[in-house]
Formats: sequence, C-alpha cells, structure tokens
Amino acid sequence: MVEVTLWGALGAAAGGKSKIDVEAKDIRELFRKLAEQYPGLEPHIERGIAVAIDGVIYRDTWSKELPQGSEIFLLPRLVGG
Amino acid sequence: MNFDPRYSARSFNSVGTRPIRPDGVDKVTGRARYGADFNMAGQLVGRILRSPHAHARIRKIDTSKAQMLAGVKAVITAADLPDLTDGDAAMYDILDNCMARKKALYDGHAVAAVAAVDARTARQALKLIEVDYEVLPHVTDVDEAMKHSAPVLNDSIFTEGVEPRPAKPSNISKRSQFGHGDTEEGFRHADKIVERSFRTEQTHQGYIEPHACVASVSSDGTADLWVCTQGHFVYRQHCAQLLGMEASKLRVTSSEIGGGFGGKTHVWAEPVALALSRKAGRPVKLVMTRDEVFRASGPTSATSIDVRIGARKDGTITAAEATLRYSCGPFAGTWAEVGAMTAFACYRLENVKTIGHEVLVNRPKTAAYRAPSAPMAAFAVESVIDELAKEIGMDPVDFRIRNAAQEGTRSSYGPVYGPIGIGPTLEAVKNHPHMKAPLSRNQGRGMACGFWFNFGGQTCTDLNIGADGSVSLAVGTIDVGGSRASLSLIAAEELGIAYEQVKAVVADTSSLGYNDMTDGSRGTFSTSMATISAARNAIKTLRERAAQMWDISADDVAWEKGHAVAKGGKHGNLGKLSLKEIAAASGTTGGPIAGHSELVADGAGVSFATHICDIEVDPETGATRVLRYTVVQDAGKAVHPTYVEGQYQGGAAQGIGWALNEEYIYGKDGRLQNPGFLDYRIPVCSDLPMIDTQILEIPNPNHPYGVRGVGETSIVPPLAAIANALSNAAGVRMTHIPMSPPRVLAAIEAKQAG
Repeated sequence: MVEVTLWGALGAAAGGKSKIDVEAKDIRELFRKLAEQYPGLEPHIERGIAVAIDGVIYRDTWSKELPQGSEIFLLPRLVGG
Repeated sequence: MNFDPRYSARSFNSVGTRPIRPDGVDKVTGRARYGADFNMAGQLVGRILRSPHAHARIRKIDTSKAQMLAGVKAVITAADLPDLTDGDAAMYDILDNCMARKKALYDGHAVAAVAAVDARTARQALKLIEVDYEVLPHVTDVDEAMKHSAPVLNDSIFTEGVEPRPAKPSNISKRSQFGHGDTEEGFRHADKIVERSFRTEQTHQGYIEPHACVASVSSDGTADLWVCTQGHFVYRQHCAQLLGMEASKLRVTSSEIGGGFGGKTHVWAEPVALALSRKAGRPVKLVMTRDEVFRASGPTSATSIDVRIGARKDGTITAAEATLRYSCGPFAGTWAEVGAMTAFACYRLENVKTIGHEVLVNRPKTAAYRAPSAPMAAFAVESVIDELAKEIGMDPVDFRIRNAAQEGTRSSYGPVYGPIGIGPTLEAVKNHPHMKAPLSRNQGRGMACGFWFNFGGQTCTDLNIGADGSVSLAVGTIDVGGSRASLSLIAAEELGIAYEQVKAVVADTSSLGYNDMTDGSRGTFSTSMATISAARNAIKTLRERAAQMWDISADDVAWEKGHAVAKGGKHGNLGKLSLKEIAAASGTTGGPIAGHSELVADGAGVSFATHICDIEVDPETGATRVLRYTVVQDAGKAVHPTYVEGQYQGGAAQGIGWALNEEYIYGKDGRLQNPGFLDYRIPVCSDLPMIDTQILEIPNPNHPYGVRGVGETSIVPPLAAIANALSNAAGVRMTHIPMSPPRVLAAIEAKQAG
C-alpha cells in the first residue's frame, strides 16, 4: 500500500481527495487502479500524468516500482521549450 | 530498459573537454542545409491565405477563380484536411490552427492555401480566393478576456478545475492550484508583507530561421517531408494522424535548425504542404515569411500576475501567494499551470499557494518558449523577493540564501527535493567578484534566481563501428545546441577512443526507432544515456570478437581504454587488441559490430540558476543598457563546457531582449502591429556585453555521468534581475515587461513628480 498525493485540480477529479491509499507495485498498476477506483481520473491519465517518487519525476517509465514508504506525488505532465 | 542510469563518480578523458564543433565549418561557409535549402525536381511553391480579422466566422470560401489561374496546381481549405483526430482535443486544436475550420480565431489564422508553379502565381492565386467573413467582436488582452463582458471565443469551453462546473462558457479554460500549509496563518506571523501586480507582454521565440519544409506525396500513398523541426518523429506522428496516413509511410528528415526554443515542437504548416502535394501530385515547398512567423506561429503567453509574500524581521519567509493569468491564444493550454508550479520553486516555504488561470484570447496559438511560463512567474516573484529584502533591511542574496530550497525541502509544486543546486548558485553569486565591482551614477546591480524542471523521454540510438574503426552514431533527437559534439564525446568516453573517431548524425524517421522531440532540455541528457547504453552494448560485442580472435572465453576479456585486454594469468602472453584491430577483423568474426539502445530516460533532475546584472539607465530617455552580466548555473556535469556556456549565454540574451524590448503590439482592430524584426526588436551583439558564466557541477543521481539539462533555465532569471537592477539604478520598481524606454521614462517622471 502506498499513499499517493494529488495536485489540486486532480484532487477535484477524485472526489475532492488530496491523498489516496493504493495497493500498487509500480506506476502502471497505480494508474490502472486509480482509473478503476476514481473514473474521473481516467481522462487525466490519458492526457498524461507525471509521477514524482521521492522527488524524482517520472513521465514515461511506467514499470518504475513504488517502494513502500516512499513519497508518491502526482503532477501534470509538462511541456518544455 | 536493461540499463542502470544511476550516477557513479569517475574521472573522464573526453567528457569535459572542448573540441571544435563538428557542424561549425558547414555553418560558417553556408554549406549547412536548413529547411529552405532543400529542393526537389518539379517542386511547386506553397503559399497560405491568412485571416485579416482577429475573430470572424467563415461563412464561405470560393476558390474557383484561383483554381482557374494558369500555373495553379492545387488549392486547399479545411475541407481538404478533414477531422481525423478521433476525439483528441489537443490534436484537433493543432488541426484547427493549421487551417481554420468554422472561425478565424486570430489575425493571421490560415484559411486556405495554394500550390503553384512559382511564387508570383501563388501570390496572385491567393488574391483570387474569396472568403466571406462575418466579423465578430474580439479580445486580445488577458485581463479583458476574463471579464464577463468579453466576447467568448469558444462556447464549448467551461472552466476546468472548478467545482461545481460553471453553468456558462467563458474564456478561462482551466484553473489550477498548488501549494501547502496555511498562507493566511503564515501572513499573520509576518512582520512585513509586500504585495504587487505585474504584467508581461507577449514575446516570440525569435528564431532566425522561419518554418520551412518540402513535402512530397507519391501516388502510392508514401510521402517524404524535409523540415526544420525540434522533433521529426513528433512531426511524423502529427502529420500522419492529421492526413490519415500510416506513420511508417511518411519519412521525415530534419534539416539543420536555425533556432526553435520551443516554437518548433508541433506542426504549423507541414500538414498543409503535404495536403497540397497530395492534391497536386507534385512536391511542394512551403516557407513562412517573417510576417507569417510572427502572426501565426510561436509566441509565448502574455501574463498578468499578483504576488504577495510575507517575512519576519529575521528574514524568514512566512507565507507566499501568487495568482497567475496566462494567455493561451484561442486554444486551451496549460501555461498558467506551469507558471504556478515554477513560481516559488526556488524557496523553502511552510505556507505557499499559487493559482493559475488559462485564458483564451484572439492571438496566435501559444507555444512553448524555453522554460515555458517560468520567466514571467520568476519576474513577479523575484521582484517582490528583492523588495521584501529591502523592507526588512537584508541583503537580497542573504535573504534568498536564508530561504533557499535544499535537499529534503517540500517544493512549492509538491514533491520533496533530492540534491539540488539553488543554494550553491547563491553562494557562488555572493562570492563572485562581479558583486563587488564599483558602480557609477545612474547604474545599478540586480540579481535573481530561476528554476526549470528538465525532462527525459523516449530515446533510441544506434552506434555502428566501421571496418576502419571509425564510429557512426545515429541519434533521433534534433541537435539544437551542439548535442552532436556532446554525444560524440560521450561515445568516445565509453569506447575509450579519440573524439575525432566518432561522427554523430541525426537519422531520419525511417532509420531509427521513435524519439521524443528535443524539448525540456532533454537532448543531451536523454540521448547521452542512450549513447552510453549503446556503446556498452557494442563493447560487449567487441569483447566477444576479441575472444574469438584469441580463441579464449569472452568472460576472460575486459575493455580498457579502447582495447580488449585478456584477463588472468593463463592469458598473460596476449597483447592488447585495439578497437581498430577488432573492427578490421569483423568481417570474419561475425560481421558488422554495432550497439543499439532504446530506453526511456527519466529522472532528469531539476535545474537552478542565479544571475547578476549591472545596468545603466539614461534618465532623459528611459533607455536601459546592460553593462555586465553573469550567469551561475548547475549543469550536473558539463559534457562540452563551451556548449553549456553557450546555452547559458543564449538564454540570458533572450531574457534580456524580453526584459527590455520585445513585445507583441496589437491595434484596436485586433491586428498585430509589429510583425517584423524592425519593429519587434530582438537584441543584437552590439546591444549586449560579454555574458560571463560559471558552471557548477552538482551531479544528477539519475544519470551515469551526473548530467542535467542546461538549455532552458538561463532564460528564467533575466527579467527579474534587470528589473531589480533598474530599481537600484533609478529608484523605480518596474512592474510591466518589457521595460522599454517609454515605460521607464514614465516611471522616472512619475517618481520625480512625487
């Protein structure tokens, strides 16, 4: 079980929650379970969400493991210049 | 990905040296081929008809007269680019931007296009196209567009991120919020609070090379596109999707690039060129004029920002808030969201809140511009930080050091930081000789900090070793700032050979797996990771081939300084085999030797910079001149330090132009008044001093060499650094960018008038 923190706009799509506990071993499973438990999050996941694990931002490595006790923070997927 | 990207400390032979750039001779002799330098036999000239109205419904387009003109081979409208985006809203916006469908949404919006035998005929044909417009009320100002009385650009836009969902459509496409703690409680503990509102005008990336391409669609459905782009694989995806093609049937070859800075990260005219070629059955060359580049591509957001920061007398910030309103052009974006994330990223704050509003206006579609959205937010925040330091009687550098984020700090956008460089850049600035240099009358010194995220992304690389021992490195990330040299250094480092033995090229989309575009300062970060991986795979093969030549086990062969070395006492009589010797024998040991890598490079590592600048203000004209400028920035590891310094200098130069001169000026009719470099003035060499640089190297733990992206952060601090310098020189706090002579003079005169 990991605790996932959502940024403001994403929290609104998850029924106003800012933190969610999810049983997930990696980012792929996290996204799948978030979409199952909170259908409002699915369009956000499809548009792109980045995951910060202990401060390191992952945009595409969905196989990245979510270590127990680590800080998991969901962020908008950003664009660069 | 079977590759361990973790950093390990090591010494380097090639990395960190400054060899001559491999593309230099071609570029200074004019041999380098840019987008407009490519030609095909029988090619036609493409031209685009653009809306003269800021906002107008398109009732009807009659192209019959243009089609009848001798020499015209194709005329297209939105009908020739049907909506194939399958509900992908972002792609639909790109399609609508390439060719207006129901409404022209800004001055310069494409409404039709022609392909003709020459430019004169194409221009004549454009004049023969009759467009029946119903002119609509328009709005170009970000604050005006938010008012209830403003004309609504798109009645299907209901502000996202607001609960409950608004009942009426508006020009605010999205609201976002970040932060933690209780800001009101924090402000109650502040001894001093500074609160100000700021505006920044819209600027263009100002790339010297206009958008240019040659498109050739064959009758069998295959196609080629030669184009100036930051991401040819992304352009292939966009064009294939918009034209209903299979991606593998469209080969995209990138040209050299005369600047992009974010403005060449999605398609503008390329689908139009392909659609014209498809209809005409001949290649079509389409090159934007400078007027078109300004009116219909690029610009960053215009902004309106409120900032409030409170601090105790001991210099501790107790609370910080910002509300940011960013223009998006006529299509929804996430520009204010990024500004809200970056605004306070440099600081360690217990109570922080930022709110972003994305605002639709009748201006061109906003595009990314080098650390997109961060410079405007930093201008507002760093101006208030400086003012607050003065209010509590602290040196502005010491004030920032006291509140700087560090490893373990919860960032204002959410996650906790790992090892970061804001503190070291501030310490370096505090001890820099620049800070102690004397100043004269009407001169002032300012400093400011900046932050950018940096990205990685999907990357694919091939490394081929020729029979003569030379190495070809094929990469799929566009070289916007010297990455071919940096990646050659990386390959040389891993293989243990000379830099001159390696030649890096940017491969076309049919020759290599998919690569994300060069954005987010990712080019050298991510492709160096793939190059290291590819080189290590090649070394494995080199060891196996050496083992064959020696008739021993590959497990007994190590790779040291460009040579295979037999390990263990039983092989003591074997000499070394060089890469060249192994390559020369490759034809009889199993064929060509190569290394390949495909990976996702994540964990790019955030980037910080602190800048110092000295300026002089002419109190009679309000003109500001930059006298001295210093950039201090963390590079993680500078692979080619000269290129890193070039990125620092280039970002600072663009920021100086943004701060002092550049702005989109719209008339009351909603038309752009200054679409050219005479009236939209970017800085030239004579406007700038030598920009000094100091590279700090705080290794990124998620890259084998510790590399961080370096391309974007240096544009973030200049707006505020110059505003702070101007405040110290002339005693006026400028809150409106650009700080052009009329604005500065008005501020000085207002101050003198009391």
